[in-house]
Amino acid sequence: MKAIYGLYDDGQAAQQAVNRLRSAGIADGEIVVMSSHPMEDYEFGQKDKKTWMWWMACGGGLLGMATAFGLAWLTETSWPIDVGGLPTFAWWPNLIIIFELTMLGAILGTVITLVVSARLGRRSDFYDPQVSDGKILVGIASPGDAIVREIEAALGAQSGAQVKTI
Amino acid sequence: MTHSRINTDLLRPLFQTSWRFYLFVSVLGAIVATALVAWLSQAYFGFGITGISWPVYWGFYVTSFVFWIGISHAGTLISAILRLVDAGWRRPVTRCAEVITVFALMIGAMFPIIHLGRPWLAFWLFPYPSERLIWPNFRSPLVWDFFAINTYLTGSVLFLFLPMIPDFAIVRDKSTGLRHTIYRVLALGWRGTQTQWHRLESAMQIMAIAIIPVAVSVHTVVSFDFSMAPVPMWQTTIFGPYFVAGAIFSGIAGLLIAMAILRRFLHLQEYLHPIHFQNLGKLLLVMALLWGYFVFNERLVTYYGNEPSEMAVFWRTQRESFAPLYWTMVICNFVLPLLLMGIRPFRTITGCVIASLGVIVGMWLERFLIIVPSLGHKYLPYSFGIYRPQPVEIIVAGSTFVAMTLLYILFAKVVPIISIWELKAGGPSEAPVGRVLLDVPGASDRTRPTKMGEAHP
Repeated sequence: MKAIYGLYDDGQAAQQAVNRLRSAGIADGEIVVMSSHPMEDYEFGQKDKKTWMWWMACGGGLLGMATAFGLAWLTETSWPIDVGGLPTFAWWPNLIIIFELTMLGAILGTVITLVVSARLGRRSDFYDPQVSDGKILVGIASPGDAIVREIEAALGAQSGAQVKTI
Repeated sequence: MTHSRINTDLLRPLFQTSWRFYLFVSVLGAIVATALVAWLSQAYFGFGITGISWPVYWGFYVTSFVFWIGISHAGTLISAILRLVDAGWRRPVTRCAEVITVFALMIGAMFPIIHLGRPWLAFWLFPYPSERLIWPNFRSPLVWDFFAINTYLTGSVLFLFLPMIPDFAIVRDKSTGLRHTIYRVLALGWRGTQTQWHRLESAMQIMAIAIIPVAVSVHTVVSFDFSMAPVPMWQTTIFGPYFVAGAIFSGIAGLLIAMAILRRFLHLQEYLHPIHFQNLGKLLLVMALLWGYFVFNERLVTYYGNEPSEMAVFWRTQRESFAPLYWTMVICNFVLPLLLMGIRPFRTITGCVIASLGVIVGMWLERFLIIVPSLGHKYLPYSFGIYRPQPVEIIVAGSTFVAMTLLYILFAKVVPIISIWELKAGGPSEAPVGRVLLDVPGASDRTRPTKMGEAHP
């Protein structure tokens, strides 16, 4: 069995399903909630907020800054052109290149962190297209056979819930 | 409004195509193809067929370059600011705006290449180690342009693409066949888990913070193309902020026009409300005043300084050969928006569009009037000259407006032009009326249902 999940019409019903799963002994990390928009009004929408993204952006920025400095220094000292009496390596004009590549590094660092940490581009365990219609999916991937009945009961306790097994 | 209804309304342009669409795209495509032929003829016959000659080497092409880079400030910058301040009314507007940035930058970035006599050697501008050891001069504003524009373009494309991923997933779920396969690839396996939403929102926050200084830097760097040169009325410290303000000004105008067209032709009246136009109209008014302030500063300082070569250019624009264009610019950029956006009954959708069209004309003229009068009247009489734009320049520069329209229409055909998930997120909350503050760390301003009897301890 790949997964068991329930589909709910609103966030409150989904929250109750999450709470029942917890009461049935399912760990928080195993419960997956999917929705067609962020659900931060609900407690389940607050899970897993911690991220290294800010630090990775800063790291990307520092890398960009170092690259810009190296590029400018290398090119200017390799072919020293006299430009209006400026020093061969002139800080003021080089700051523009350094700034641009710093920001580019920060942007790329952010995007790479997003792709990796949000597991974009990877094959997913389970999904239901009804999420796009506004349904909220609460489910468990690869549940143990011993607790399947309990999970089904927890997910189906809410009236109107659609419970599916794949 | 239900989620299904939002999906149906905003996905309609992707799934339904009328014959009018094909006709319109064909006409626009034919005009762009004509411009391409004109440009190829310029590459074949040489710059002799243009009006660009000594001493005015920058004419319509550089005017259009600066103009389109300015228009690009419509999107990413405005969208980033509205995202950071969490303006609720931004939701239907952001993507319309971000798309303008990407296409305007692409068009703007083409002009340095169009402006080359031998465009196949454009790679000589790029910072690469050549075999002849002629490395690009990093102290040249043209190389700064290369880095600034490419950073902004890369950032803007990503800033546009990231919030499109959840919408691609919706299209994936609603389509079949080849379309399903394409959108499945574009959706990058998006499922809408809470982790994915948190990461996406964090990324958008960081990108918004990073992209604002980049956007400001881009037009400042473009202004350096002028203010670093010893040319009358160019070497002034005010050019940086003056260019940035003008860019945002023309950007807002471009956005208002695009929104009005989309609203009309894609039947988005229920999503793009008059209040969106009124709010942007107020921004347009503020920018018109700011633009007037900068023009006053620039003119007063030149006038008071009374330097002969600068005054010669000053009077050329105020009361001599360029005066009709100058005063048209003042009317379009200052008087018209002040009247239409300042008087409340005129601040309608039609009023916004008329004012914006005026601003677009006025801002193009502003770029032209910065470039041509100064280059044609430098310090000594031997360097005085006249610029007369030739048909090839008029066709190429004019067709970029058509190219922009064509790209925008094609984009709206393949991507929901209003962010579906953001619209859903901004809709009436599903949570019940009675709510209490969450006791989750870092979420003090969030709320959750009061019915927490079943909540896990």
